Amino acid sequence: MIEVLYFAWVRERIGIPREKIETEAATVADLVEELRGREDRYAVAFEDLRALRVAIDQELTDFSAPLKGVREVAFFPPMTGG
Amino acid sequence: MTVRVDPARFDPGAELNAFSKGVGNAGAVVSFTGVVRDVAGGLSAMEIEHYPGMTEKAIAAIVDQAKSRWTLADALVIHRYGRLEAGEMIMMVATASRHRVDAFQAAEYLMDYLKSRAPFWKKELTREGAEWVEARDEDEAALDRW
Repeated sequence: MIEVLYFAWVRERIGIPREKIETEAATVADLVEELRGREDRYAVAFEDLRALRVAIDQELTDFSAPLKGVREVAFFPPMTGG
Repeated sequence: MTVRVDPARFDPGAELNAFSKGVGNAGAVVSFTGVVRDVAGGLSAMEIEHYPGMTEKAIAAIVDQAKSRWTLADALVIHRYGRLEAGEMIMMVATASRHRVDAFQAAEYLMDYLKSRAPFWKKELTREGAEWVEARDEDEAALDRW
């Protein structure tokens, strides 16, 4: 079971800030593929991965990262702090 | 080193005074304060979202990086989230060092990394509606100089 979090417009497009997902996905990219196939709102949110960033257990990573042993995955647009 | 991620307003003058008092004989203190701009189209407010937990860790890691590159007596990062009106302070950084070059460069480094590597997202609320602020290529490119 993985806790999946969404921020900013990713959260708005999917409609929820977080959810628990039971998945066999090996990598972040596999998880994205699985989510895309679920419903249109996911397909819309994950339409262009170049516009997205991903963090695993609160560390920035990339879409090829493995999910084994991971507790938390977060998807969000490029950050705009400062 | 102090990192504060907090929705509350802060007084940059009071923060800077308190910070300066605690830096011992560091000869240089540099500070930067970010303010909500009033953009064309009439900005009424800004909403800042963040990733609780990751935000604090990411900022602490950025400060650690700065401390490994420059000799710093102390560093301060304050970043707000939630709803902010035009003219309100969004964030501030302060650095203290024996010499000004270290303090200036570390402050710029902190600012560059906070912009693109700390998980905050800004949404501008104007008369025309609400819009997420897009990350700019220049901000990403700014990291290359370090």
